[in-house]
This record gives sequence, C-alpha cells and structure tokens, in this order.
Amino acid sequence: MAGQVDALYIYLLLVSGVMTMLIFVAVTVLAIKYRRMPGRDAHQIEGSTILEITWSIIPFFVMLTFFIWGAVIYFKERTPPADSTEVYVVAKQWMWKIEHMEGQREINELHVPVGQNVKLIMTSQDVIHSFFVPAFRIKQDVLPGRYTTLWFKATVPGRYHLFCAEYCGTMHSGMGGDIVVMEPQDYAQWMAGGPAAPLQDTGKQLFATLGCSTCHRSDVQGRGPNLQGIYNKPVLLEDGRTVIADENYVRESILNPTAKIVSGFKPVMPTFQGIVSDEQLNALVAYVKSLAQPPAGTAALQSQPAAAPPQPQNTQVQ
Amino acid sequence: MASTVIPANQAPASTTTNYLNNGHSLKSWLLTTDHKRIAVLYLISVTVFFFLGGFFAMLIRLELLTPEGDLMQADTYNKVFTMHGMIMVFFFLIPVVPAVLGNFLIPLMIGAKDLAFPRINLLSWYLYVIGVLLISHVMLTGGVDTGWTFYSPFSTEYTNTKIVEAGLAAFIAGFSSIFTGLNFIVTIHRMRAPGLTWNRLPLFVWANYATSIIMILGTPVVAITIVLVAVERLFHLGIFDPRLGGDPLLFQHLFWFYSHPAVYIMILPSMGVISELITCFSRKRVFGYNFVALSSIAIAVIGFLVWAHHMFVAGISLYAAMIFSFLTFFVGVPSAVKVFNWTATLYRGSISYATPMLYAFGFIGLFTIGGLTGLFLATLGIDVHVTDTYFVVAHFHYVMVGGVLMGYLGGMHFWWPKISGRMYPEGWAKLSALLVFVGFNLTFFPQFILGYVGMPRRYWQYPPEFQVLNVLSTAGASVLAVGYLLPMIYLLWSLKYGPIADANPWRAAGLEWQAASPPTTFNFDETPVVTWEAYNYDEIDANGHGGSH
Amino acid sequence: MSDNQAIAVEHEAHNPALLHHFSSEQQQKNAASLGMWLFLVTEIMFFGGMFCAYLIYRVQHFNAFAAASQQLSIKLGAFNTAVLIVSSVTVVLAVKAAEAGKRKLLVSYLVVTVLLGMTFLVVKGFEYREKFEKHHVPGPTFNFTDTFDDNGKQIPVNPKEAELFFSIYFAMTGMHALHMIIGCGLFSVLAVFAWKGHYTPGYYTPIENAGLYWHLVDIIWIYLFPLLYLISRHS
Repeated sequence: MAGQVDALYIYLLLVSGVMTMLIFVAVTVLAIKYRRMPGRDAHQIEGSTILEITWSIIPFFVMLTFFIWGAVIYFKERTPPADSTEVYVVAKQWMWKIEHMEGQREINELHVPVGQNVKLIMTSQDVIHSFFVPAFRIKQDVLPGRYTTLWFKATVPGRYHLFCAEYCGTMHSGMGGDIVVMEPQDYAQWMAGGPAAPLQDTGKQLFATLGCSTCHRSDVQGRGPNLQGIYNKPVLLEDGRTVIADENYVRESILNPTAKIVSGFKPVMPTFQGIVSDEQLNALVAYVKSLAQPPAGTAALQSQPAAAPPQPQNTQVQ
Repeated sequence: MASTVIPANQAPASTTTNYLNNGHSLKSWLLTTDHKRIAVLYLISVTVFFFLGGFFAMLIRLELLTPEGDLMQADTYNKVFTMHGMIMVFFFLIPVVPAVLGNFLIPLMIGAKDLAFPRINLLSWYLYVIGVLLISHVMLTGGVDTGWTFYSPFSTEYTNTKIVEAGLAAFIAGFSSIFTGLNFIVTIHRMRAPGLTWNRLPLFVWANYATSIIMILGTPVVAITIVLVAVERLFHLGIFDPRLGGDPLLFQHLFWFYSHPAVYIMILPSMGVISELITCFSRKRVFGYNFVALSSIAIAVIGFLVWAHHMFVAGISLYAAMIFSFLTFFVGVPSAVKVFNWTATLYRGSISYATPMLYAFGFIGLFTIGGLTGLFLATLGIDVHVTDTYFVVAHFHYVMVGGVLMGYLGGMHFWWPKISGRMYPEGWAKLSALLVFVGFNLTFFPQFILGYVGMPRRYWQYPPEFQVLNVLSTAGASVLAVGYLLPMIYLLWSLKYGPIADANPWRAAGLEWQAASPPTTFNFDETPVVTWEAYNYDEIDANGHGGSH
Repeated sequence: MSDNQAIAVEHEAHNPALLHHFSSEQQQKNAASLGMWLFLVTEIMFFGGMFCAYLIYRVQHFNAFAAASQQLSIKLGAFNTAVLIVSSVTVVLAVKAAEAGKRKLLVSYLVVTVLLGMTFLVVKGFEYREKFEKHHVPGPTFNFTDTFDDNGKQIPVNPKEAELFFSIYFAMTGMHALHMIIGCGLFSVLAVFAWKGHYTPGYYTPIENAGLYWHLVDIIWIYLFPLLYLISRHS
C-alpha cells in the first residue's frame, strides 16, 4: 500500500510540476516579451469563454483522476482484510500501550511478523492522539470513548518510526516508538519469550469476576442476552433498529448499557463506566469476540426469551 | 513613473486639508468615523501583532534548529506555536486586507463618502483592540497550549491554561470581523455611485464582497463553538466529552465549519488586490472579468461545503470522507481559473516591473504551488500520510504567506501614495520583495519534504534525520524576517522623506485614483458619475492623463 | 473644514436624521434595513450551531432526551410562547404607530412589549428555579432518577445523556434569554427616545429594525419550544 501511495504522490508531483512550470514559464515569457516599450501599447482583450471553459474542464477531469485513485487507496486502507491479526492499542498521554491477543504487552513498541495483515483496534484513555507510521504511509486518529481501526501488512523486516500525530499536550513530540517487523520465526520466538495470558483468557476471567456471567448465560436463558457467536452479527434492538455487534457495540454495551437494549430484554444491566479500565475493556471485547456460534436451535438474540426452550449444554458455568 | 497632469479640482496634497491632517488630537483619531482613519488605526494594530506573531515564529524556528528540545521547555514551545497560530490567524490574516485596504479603499472605489455604517466601523476596530488586549493578557499570564485549533477533549478537560479568556479574545475579534463584513455588504449594495453597475466594479470590491459573505455566515459558528467550549470548561457540561455522552468529533465539525471558509476570508481579498495590480501594470483590462468576479463568489459558496477535509483521519465515515474529498476538488477550479486569467492578462500587455507588480508575480507563483499542494491534501490516499505533518504546514504557509501576505504587501506599496501622499523608495522596495520571495521559498519548501518523510507538526523535538531540512528552513526564515523588516523601515521613512505623490502616480484606473493623495475626509467634492467600464486602460492611455472621463 | 461646507451647501434642507455620508434618506433607510437583515442572518448562524449539536445528540440519545424533555413544564413553555407571540404583535403595532406619527401609542406599545418580554423572563426564572430544586442543573448536583413515562413504565435512561440534554437546554434557553434581555433593553431605550419625540413618520427606522430583531428572537423560541419541550409527548 505504501508503494501505491508513493506512486500516486509521484503522479501528483509530475502533474503539479508540469502545471507549475507552465505557469512560471508563461508568466516569465509574457512578462519579458510584453514589457513596456515606447511606441507599443497594450492590446485590450475582453476574454474568451471557450478558453475559460476549457481551462476549467480539463483541470477538473485531471483532478478527478487524483480523486479516484486517492479514494481507491483510502477505501483499501480503511477495509481491513478478514484474516488480519488483531492487536489492541490504548493511547494515553504520553505513551502507546499495546496488547497482543496472545497477551503480550508492549509500551511504545509494536512487534509484528512480516507479511502478515495486522489490524489495530485503538482507543484513547484521555485526549485525541494519532497513530502514525510514516514508513507505512498510514495514520489514524485515536479517540477517547470509541474504537478506531488501522491495518497494515509489513513487507520488509526492520524498525520503523511510530509517531503521535495529533497534538496531545506537553510530550506530544515524545510520544514515539517503533514498529518492529520481524521474520516469522523471530517473531514466534519473541512471542514465546514472556509470561502472558491470551487476551481473551483475561477477558474470560473478568467476565466471571465482574459478574457478567450471572446474567449473560449460555446454558440457560439468563436476564441478559446469550453472547455466544454475537460478534459481527445483526442485533434487533428494543426500539426496532438493527445494529451490527462490532467492537464499538460491545464496548458501548458495557459502558452505557441503556443505549442499545436488545429486543425482549429489560434495561437492568448496570454500567461499568469507571469500573473497568480501557485495557480491561479490550480484554472483555476480545473475549466476547471469541465466543463461538452456539449450536443450532439455541435461543438466539432475535427472539423472545420466553419462547425459546432452554437447551441442555455443557454444565460448565461460563 | 511619469507624473500626471493633475486635474484642476484637486490641488497638491500639501496645501489642502486631507484626512490625515484634518484634526490632530488623539480624540480626533480615537473617535473618528472616517473609514480612512479607521483603516490607518487597523494598519498600526495589525502590524504590531504581525510582528509579535512573527517573533513567536522566530522562536519556533530557533528551537527547531536542533533535534533536541534545548532552547525552551516542551510546555513553553507548545504555548509558542499556539500563540503564533492564534495571533496570525485571528488577529492578522483574517482582518488584514479587509480592515486595512478594504476599509480604506472600498468607499473610494465606489465613489462614496464613507462606508454605510461609520460608527459600526469604529466599533469594529475597538472590538479588535479589546480582542488583542485580552490575548495579550493571556500571553503575559502564561499563554495557551492547545494549538490554535483547540481540539477537545484536550482543550475542554485536560489543559490548565487560559482557554476561556483566549476564546473570549477570539470571540470578540470575531464580532469585529462580522461587523466589517456586514458594513461592506451594505455599502457595496447601497452606496455605489450613479452608473457604477456591478459589472463595472473593480475586482477588489467583488473580492471583498465575497469575503464579507463568508464573514457573516461563518464567524457566528465559531463564536458558538467557543461559547460551548467555555461552557464545558467552566461547568463541566460534557457537550464534547465522551465520558459524559458527548462527542469530540462534534467539536471538530463545528470548528472547521468556520475555520475552513476562514481561509477563504484570508485569500479572497488578496486575490482582489492581485487583479488590481496585474491590470494596472499591464495596462489592460483583466482577461475574463466576469469569470474572475464570479470565481470569488464560487469560492465563497463552495468553500462552505468542504470543511471535513480536515478530518479524513479523524474518525469520520469512509463515505463522508469521499464526499468531502470530491467537493474539495471543486473549490480548486475557481482558484485555478483566476491564476489562468491573470496570466492571460499579461498577454499583449505593456508590462512594467514596479514593486507592486513584483509582488503580484510572486503571488501567482507561490499561490500556484500552495494551491496545487492543496490538491495533494484533498487526495484521500495521500492525505492519510501527510496530514498533521509539516506538509500541511508548508501548504498553508504557501497560500497564507506566499498568497495573502504577498498580495497585502503588493497592495500596500500600490496604494501607499494614496494612503500617505508619499512614494516609497523603489530600489529598497524591490530588494525587499526579492528577499521575501527567496526567504519564503527557502523557509517553506523544505517543509514539504519534511512532511512527506514523516515529521509530524507541533513537535518540540524530532529525530535527528530531520535536522538538515529544519536548518534550511530556519535559515530561510532569517532572510524572510529581513524582507519584512525593511518595508517597515522605509515606509515609515517615506512618511517624512519620501517624494510627494500626486493623485494618480501609476495612471491607474479606479475611482480611488481620482481622489487626492491623500484624500480629503469626505473623499470626493462631487459624487462621480461613472460612464466607463472597469480597467479602461485603453481610454486612459489614449488620453494620456490620469483622468478617466 | 472647507470640504464639509462644500457638501453642506449641496443639500441645504434635509431631515436632521440623515447622516452626511448618505446621498438620500431612502438610501440611508435601505442601508439600515439591509444591515439589520444581515445581522439577523449572523444570529441564525450563531444559534444554528447549537441547534446542530442538539439535533445530533437527540438522534443519538433519543430515549434520554425524551425522558428529560418530559421534565419540562409544557404549561409554562406554552404560556411563554403565547407571551412572545403577543409581544411580536405589539411590536408590529408599535411600528404602525410610528409610521402614523402617533407618539403616545408608539410609546405604549413599546412599553407593553418590554413588559411582555419581562414576563417571559420571569416565567423562565421560575422554570430554572424548578430545575434547580429538582437537581436537574448539570454539574455536581445533577441527579436524574424519575424516568417514568405516562403509563408508569420505567424508561431506561443513562443519566449522563439526560445531563447532556439539560446542558443543551440551559445553553440554548440561556442564550435566548440573553438575547431577550438585550431586546428588552433596546426597546426600553427606544421607548425613551420615542417619548422625547425622536421618531416621525419620516424617520422611524430604529423602531423597524429593532422590531426585526425582536421577531427573530421570537422565531428562535418558536423553534426551541417544540424541540426542547415536546419530545415524544403523547395524549
């Protein structure tokens, strides 16, 4: 993708360079050729509508090519491939906190394997920051209160600058780090080299200790919706809307449960705003995402709880 | 320049009362309603603040000579670039051409005795002064450190600098702007001399008209944004705070809804100046008058539709980004049309190289580069990489300094004889123009490269590999500073020692040149009746004298 | 001041209200009128920003906004709306009185307008006090618990979102009230000038233009009232 950005940039440079040269040369030549000389008067020209239309339309169509190419690249940049490895990023004044799904945590460094699609799921603990890797030609603002995403595939091993690109206070210019791209075997070695629980396991623990499992049961119908397999599925809400259960939905449901009540359920879930940290939220979201599709016939989210008979499942309490 | 035969009804400046010597007391200046005196009051105030903003710029460039933050602390640097931005945007670029040149020239150009609301004009200046007093107090008591864009939640919840007071200063300056725009629109609609139809107006008037539309429609939105930020800061109301149900992106939308059209407030009047300069120093009508006039209106209107191109990576939806990118390319077309028309005006002209014309040439070159780099930023795939880097800094300095400031300086030199009754020294002026052009390019061209290779903006310290380009940029800034200081010196010098100018030393078209240099308080002894088209240089040069009858 | 004398000679007898930079009374009147309309446009843009914020949050947090809206008194809001509409009528009548040269009538209508404006403000004061007593003022004392609809069913509401509604409520009605106070002040001053005989059938532009201002403030309220008070009110 960086190559494509550079190619587009060079294209624009060429077109702009030509345009600039044309104007510079035209102005210079005309200014010299028609300099004031005794005996030669200026020749009044009203204008030329044809010329005006021509030099409006042609540049406009040239600009359309800029737009289309740029939009295509942008579309690809904002559409992470489905097979991307996910990494959670929490930005705060003035550092980057990284959590791999496998549980590895990093500060200001992100290790990734070469040739692998990586999707970053990012949020901020305080003000707006921006995750900027010039070498990859990518950037995405990181906001408090919601997730934004960014994806890339590193192609050459090495160390690449990571900068914060949205002014965020005193040490905005010190909030840097590195993306460390490694060969797959080196990466695997690095991954193995530290005690860490996979993110969704941390989430699973929190799910129990915070009491989520009391209402969100998967064995019998509880007071809350069964969360098995809900990730990225449509959800029917009380007010008739249907939303997709993505990361932002799960996060919002934990912090602001009354915002989107699932159809057929009462608004009894308490809010966990101020009780869970951003890292804990990431772990919970990762856990919910990992919950597999329930076997066929189990109560799904779209129907009334009373109508679905409880299905015998494994007796392990989630 | 060949001196002209002075029409009988206008004696040389030194023997009659003119607006400058019609009353010498401080009160006659501070309570004046004469648009020309108010313009001079503005000239003094904006010049002081330009140099203050420039001083902060020097501090920035000095700090950036070395990669480490070794000249000042990080917090201090953050305050310095914030104050540089706030002062330059709110207290220099937005008012300068309308409040100095517009105030002075518009009544003269349309054959009126004054603006429609002279007392509101004076109020505008006092509001500006209150704004600068407030911002000065803010600076003296610690400054603000949010960047001039004061994004939430940093500005509403996290910084502990004087946001509310600085916001109040900008709010009040905004009303100065609104009243100026209101005054101009009413004046241009209602007070044109008999025979002066819309398509006989000088393009400077068209440009200020379009600017005034933006001023009155856009400024109130930033005013309410400032109010909401202040309210959130003072009462913790959570309008933009996500923890309280608010949305930080709403701030950005409200802010940029004004701040993007604001840049057209800055550039349009300068473009109007360029039209006046190119025509006079080529002795020709402008090529495609209708197109140049209407392009100003087009820029004003389309300029309101593109604000979210400042937010492509902010978290807006993919489709919103595409729409705003597409619309942004539209706004480039009328600007390009102007550049082409000015260039075409040179064809078969009779061109002289007086200082104002040099500034006009400089404008065309630098605005072309600045405008083209705007297209880079409009292109989504590229913007993702270069937004919030020095590429953007270079782009906006090209259009604001290479554009607005060059137009302003060209206009100041062109109308200096009208404003002061004296000519400036041409040799020194040409030297300054050259220094400005060279210094400017040396300062800001390296910043395009810096941005593309990845240096973010608002950085107090940076990785060592960026140093060479930063040093080049600082060197350029030193040259640029000299280029700006010289006119200060020689223009002031000319007030006492410059040759006395006659009414129309450039033999230019335009009603303002039919008034004396400097004009009397009420501009014209008799209201002119206009029977000629704009830029009738063929008639002027055929007649061989400065009148246009 | 030789130039001024020259100009004074040109138009000897004119309305003393005609300012010297205008060439005719008609030009001055047209200029003042256009100026006031442009100023009203800026006021619309000013309030527009807040309306925009309100609309976006109402869509995002509909339930909370509806519940909070139902805490406002429809009776007082409707009464105030009626008061303002009547005050706009008295403004129109004042302008007509000025046009007809009826000084005492003009002053009466101006005074009644001011009184109606003050009535509005007093009622608003009562509303604000009630909000204060019920702890609906945003900030540390905010407390929003009674969220039942007309049928007694509990509405799920995030108190933070309800607080957002009240923030916007106070910001918008507060800004509106500020404009009302300015309007009352303006009309009071005009009433004094009218009493002193400043306005004639040939010159009553300030009355007209102040009237335009008042009408705009009224229209803004007419938008505010349903948007703030009438969300999801059934029966």
